[in-house]
Amino acid sequence: MGMNLKAGSFEGWRRENGRMGVRNHVIILPVDDLSNAAAEAVAHNIKGAMAIPHAYGRLQFGADLDLHFRTLIGTGTNPNVAAVIVIGIEPGWTGKIVEGIAASGKPVEGFAIEQNGDINTIASASRAAYRMVKHASRLKKVKAPLVELWVSTKCGESDTTSGLASCPTVGNAFDKLWEAGHTLVFGETTELTGGEHLVAARCKTPEIRQQFQAMFDRYQRVIEDHKTSDLSDSQPTKGNIDGGLTTIEENALGNIQKIGKHCTVDGVLDKAEEPTHPGLWFMDSSSAAAEMVTLCAASGYAVHFFPTGQGNVIGNPILPVIKICANPRTVRLMGEHIDVDTSGLLQREINLDQAGDRLLECMLRTANGRLTAAEALGHREFVLTRLYESA
Amino acid sequence: MTIHFVVHDEGDSVGVVVVEGLSASNRINGWVMDQDKMIEFDAKSDIPIGHKLAIKSIKAGDTIIKYGVDIGKAVADIAAGEHLHVHNVKTKRW
Repeated sequence: MGMNLKAGSFEGWRRENGRMGVRNHVIILPVDDLSNAAAEAVAHNIKGAMAIPHAYGRLQFGADLDLHFRTLIGTGTNPNVAAVIVIGIEPGWTGKIVEGIAASGKPVEGFAIEQNGDINTIASASRAAYRMVKHASRLKKVKAPLVELWVSTKCGESDTTSGLASCPTVGNAFDKLWEAGHTLVFGETTELTGGEHLVAARCKTPEIRQQFQAMFDRYQRVIEDHKTSDLSDSQPTKGNIDGGLTTIEENALGNIQKIGKHCTVDGVLDKAEEPTHPGLWFMDSSSAAAEMVTLCAASGYAVHFFPTGQGNVIGNPILPVIKICANPRTVRLMGEHIDVDTSGLLQREINLDQAGDRLLECMLRTANGRLTAAEALGHREFVLTRLYESA
Repeated sequence: MTIHFVVHDEGDSVGVVVVEGLSASNRINGWVMDQDKMIEFDAKSDIPIGHKLAIKSIKAGDTIIKYGVDIGKAVADIAAGEHLHVHNVKTKRW
């Protein structure tokens, strides 16, 4: 007998926009690569504040720039974040991101470096971060229905055990969460290649199916335009191949086990776009772990399920990443990275329903504050998706 | 009883080795998940954990089935019990 999800609850932080978060981060968010040094200095000065450095934000334009803004604003707006300091090289784009985050009602302040220099900017931003850390650490947790927990999934360094056991474990949990009315997402557009017809068949309406197919076809054209004789050991990756996965089709069929057997695909999202109602969403996204998980966080998800076979070690600065693994060798050699060991499925020591429940129990512990393996090990991969070259 | 390899569906061409140190000539037990039944086999290669063995005789050009779905094509003949991977199977996409 599993958890009663519909009657379940968790304790987290109720944000100004009504969303429930499971972490209480104060983040120092650079607008661009040039502002990383100042952001990291502020986080060094003020304990309890976390800088989220990244490589981009200069001379981007059009849809690529829109995605940059959407990802940074979404990251700041995520309910696992209590308050935000934005630092940029100049005030224009800094203000745009501050304004975007402020729309959620969250405390946010922006600082620009030009005409101030790093030292004055760091001093001003540190004073603001000091106030925000004291504010955030005073906020009390409240109880909320479990259904308010938004859950994302993406797998990585998959092997054949992912398709046999760790992805079906997520699928079992997703079927149960979907039934209970949760807001869920999966993605990895190219990693559906060979199983895209199975995902299309799961789309709730013909309109959603058409939207999904258009996203899939567009991404295939990108691959066709740039590929060499193969995908340069990128899809499947070297790690996938070492783990026994032979073709993209095999990788994809394992991957889509994550969406279970019953839930329908209830809508599609552009990258870093926020879902507008409960259900299972498909997000058009890269299959690179850090890019996809960063986009899930920017879309507002609060907990992430990450099945791995060969042992991807990814985390995220604000989104707790729960690792599920069924490869007994990986669990033996790098068990410190694994939150839920489902290798017992392969020897029939547990069944899929039990494995799904173990994951849901881990999800609840994580939501209530227990650190994931990736959090305890300090994994904070934050990788922005780029659509094309800068100007 | 140790399960040495797992097959998704009885119509599949392949099984996945789920134990370490499997050697050629081992008598091995397989679990077919969808039909929930056990089969026995002789391994004809040393096969690492996570890698696949053919569970039927395959000719070059044949479609390889796993999960009941097409996962690519054989580019060499593969005997039942032999290691099946990137050296003898390729994608039909890309």
